[in-house]
Amino acid sequence: MKILRISALLALVTFFSAPAMAGTLEDVQSRGYVKCGVTTGLLGFAAPDDSGKWSGFDVDVCRAVAAAVLGDSSKVEFTTTTGKTRFPTLASGEIDVLARNTTWTFSRDVNLGFEFVGVNYYDGQGFLVPSNLGVTSATQLDGASVCIQTGTTTELNLADFFRVNNISYEAIPVETNDESRENLFAGRCDVYTTDASGLAATAAQADNPADWVLLPEIISKEPLGPLVRHGDHVWGDIVRWSLNTMIIAEEKGLTSSNVDSMVSSTNDPEVLRLTGNEGEYGVMFGLPNDFGYNIIKQVGNYGEVFERNIGSSTPLALARGLNAPWTAGGILYSPPFR
Amino acid sequence: MLSFNWIRQNLFSSWTNSIITVVLIYFLASIIPPMFDWLFFEATWIADDRTGCTSDGACWAIIGARFYQFMYGFYPTEEVWRVNLVYALLPFGILPLLWDKMPFRKQFLIFAIVYPFLVFFLLYGGPGLTAVASNKWGGLLLTLFLGLGGIIIAFPLSIFLALGRRSEMPAISAICVVFIEFIRGVPLITLLFFGSMMLPLFLPEGLDIDTVLRALVAVIIFQAAYGAEVVRGGLQAMPKGQYEAAQALGLSYWQMNLKIILPQALKITIPALVNTAIGLFKDTSLVIVIGLLDLLGIGRAALADTKWMALHVEVYVFISVIFFIFCFGFSRYSLYLEKKLNTDNDSENK
Repeated sequence: MKILRISALLALVTFFSAPAMAGTLEDVQSRGYVKCGVTTGLLGFAAPDDSGKWSGFDVDVCRAVAAAVLGDSSKVEFTTTTGKTRFPTLASGEIDVLARNTTWTFSRDVNLGFEFVGVNYYDGQGFLVPSNLGVTSATQLDGASVCIQTGTTTELNLADFFRVNNISYEAIPVETNDESRENLFAGRCDVYTTDASGLAATAAQADNPADWVLLPEIISKEPLGPLVRHGDHVWGDIVRWSLNTMIIAEEKGLTSSNVDSMVSSTNDPEVLRLTGNEGEYGVMFGLPNDFGYNIIKQVGNYGEVFERNIGSSTPLALARGLNAPWTAGGILYSPPFR
Repeated sequence: MLSFNWIRQNLFSSWTNSIITVVLIYFLASIIPPMFDWLFFEATWIADDRTGCTSDGACWAIIGARFYQFMYGFYPTEEVWRVNLVYALLPFGILPLLWDKMPFRKQFLIFAIVYPFLVFFLLYGGPGLTAVASNKWGGLLLTLFLGLGGIIIAFPLSIFLALGRRSEMPAISAICVVFIEFIRGVPLITLLFFGSMMLPLFLPEGLDIDTVLRALVAVIIFQAAYGAEVVRGGLQAMPKGQYEAAQALGLSYWQMNLKIILPQALKITIPALVNTAIGLFKDTSLVIVIGLLDLLGIGRAALADTKWMALHVEVYVFISVIFFIFCFGFSRYSLYLEKKLNTDNDSENK
């Protein structure tokens, strides 16, 4: 009994130092599918369609990993997680990778014992206003009433921003995203502030989305990315390079539709390496050499994934902004594939 | 003319009543027609996505498109007959417990004992059936599994806890008091978190208890603790004479409780028991915090699809109607039970 209690205590202590679970790759290969943690539903990022198939910007990261490891992007089992359950679910090994628009911060990376493998969306806090307010910059918001979710970092960022710019505002505290949306649409506040992707989703749900403008100022850094458990570096590398492959593919102009013809016509060595036609790169971490080809063919490059789920043709209509390749004015920059 | 008199006596008996009547009629007349227009007459019933809903009314197409998910979650289509079988057998598994004049009740009672095991076997799979992991369950299936499972399994536990708490054996009563007070002292959400997040960390690696089962365990111990206090209220209300008379007849502890005390105590606690049962049934929607998509969670997930977003009202109306059907059913049943038991009581007194 005493031993049981001590071991329970030890388990609690080691909870945040994460159990070393080596061999996620072997587990996935023998199991035949990737276990991926996603949100319980977030417009554009993860949602089930009418037939129960999950799709979205975060979901496609999981599909890329499945395409790389198993050669089939449909071999993913999704576990829905909430903001509170996502970390314990990953730590306990119930999922292999968490792709749930999670901000990469120091303490999550270091203290919680996780490894962020990269950034798939650079988000940041922005401002949404009705277009008839006639405001073009957040610095013109002097005296505005601002809907803000209480107890969040966005609240602190907001206070800082207005103090630095020496303007005043009236905070309208709300509890949930739904509440903010209703308050904003009913005109009970002039401005709603949260992460820019969330604002785009809010505007998309308006009767007439054109009546709402996202102001150009982004006042915080919210790098969102997929993460894995500490300690299994091979698996971490696989997820990292699955994401990087999509980013490099866009840089090189490889898409799901042209990858076959590009491979046969190009003499760009990086394209050949990426698609497994030159060198033995996949086998370095235990995957087939054409893992990159499978990702591009089945899931697409980063730009395709962006456009399909959250880009200008979707109701969210998010601009590429920071999330454009470094060659096109953004900050997406993958280390070279060589 | 009778109805005219009835109207005058009941609705226009005085000046104030007349004014209230007129104002209320005005309100109802201005609310009900637009509501019906929205709900039925101007509603769109079939569309491919929300842009197909061009009328001013509700867009019920979302419910149609997502009906499968609302009923079964992500349960594989080729295995869904198992869930349908569970649904179809539900009346036979529950009615014999609730309705004492049911034809062939004796035979069905045996089935009612087998039914819960059958449910587990059919839903999870086992020998001869493909396993279906519970992360594929959702919607009404999950709500009923947790709600009804919690209510039914917790009921006998709560009787034992209530008896235990009143026991004269100090160890037993102490254990029951600690258990009840501890569980009642924390919110259901905490128990769900504990069950789903902490429990796996205490268990040896490889021993993996299913997420839905962990939630069910949390729901059961929560409901058992609350039910125990309700039952104890009924036990306290029994006059001491009942106990003394039973003991004078030489009945053992279990004979006394089963034949004399519990039948009376449970009868007077019916309204309170049904009340906690309804509360629990609705509380099951809290499982969304541990990432399970029950009826409400599936509805929210549907709204996160760009195809159907912004149809909040339709989804929430549909979910409330389903919850209402079940909760209203519970409360009508408790009325029926009270009526039946009360008449028995009256005839005894006469």
